[in-house]
Amino acid sequence: MTEFTPVLSLSGGALIGLSAVLLMAFHGRIAGMTGILTSLLPPVSADWAWRAAFLAGAIVAPMLILGFSDQVIAYSSPVPLPWIVVGGLIVGVGVYFGSGCTSGHGVCGIARLSPRSIAATATFMGTAIATVFVVRHVLGGF
Amino acid sequence: MQRTILAGLIGLVFGTGIAISGMANPAKVLNFFDVAGTWDASLALVMGAALLVTAIGYRVVLKRPKPICEASFHLPTNRKLDLPLIAGSAIFGIGWGISGFCPGGAIPALGLGEVSAWVFVGAMLAGIFAARTVRLALEQRTTQSA
Repeated sequence: MTEFTPVLSLSGGALIGLSAVLLMAFHGRIAGMTGILTSLLPPVSADWAWRAAFLAGAIVAPMLILGFSDQVIAYSSPVPLPWIVVGGLIVGVGVYFGSGCTSGHGVCGIARLSPRSIAATATFMGTAIATVFVVRHVLGGF
Repeated sequence: MQRTILAGLIGLVFGTGIAISGMANPAKVLNFFDVAGTWDASLALVMGAALLVTAIGYRVVLKRPKPICEASFHLPTNRKLDLPLIAGSAIFGIGWGISGFCPGGAIPALGLGEVSAWVFVGAMLAGIFAARTVRLALEQRTTQSA
């Protein structure tokens, strides 16, 4: 069980949206994690510096929250490590061919009413729900 | 330089949002997908709030002739629904359902120092790299034979 956290989830969501708006306003870019990561893998994109900086900021943020506030960040991974590896490989291949993930398609793309992003988000939400159903209720797994 | 520092600050806002929203917590993400079991609706609120702010903000920002630090907006122009988009997204959802991690959720989780997050990101980068290598090799072969 995890607790329903409406206030934190709404505020967190609003901050995710704010970062997407700011990146468009200043850099004219979609705040998509897939695109940012792909451009930082070799052959590295020429315009890598802002992407590396965004990534660094995203990694440092939880450290600052834990270091300078009383806010607790709940974390628990029920999945065995070998399955995390399998899941990670599958996610990597999927987001590359699908040209985006939850941030790029699910937030930025849908906000622009892009038909590709709407179709992509409906598809990955659907297969994620189906996968969890099969893993938990058919196979009796994690 | 200023442009890079700004991107870092915007990344901080993103990471803070992900961390407090619960998107960096695989157990919570998996419970959001488990509609037939221990369902936790929180992440619907994350998506809803993020979408609302982005949709309104984009309407204002994209009316301007150009972004503040760049000569023009870089917006995807492809509007075609094709096989790589749908198949890739379907594959991504399967991996997300197995692991509880998506790329944007996993990156800030690295800052929590959790081993599972680091293992996931390593595997995901290997997956992206392998997929891109295969695609580039295939494209090169097509160009050569053409």
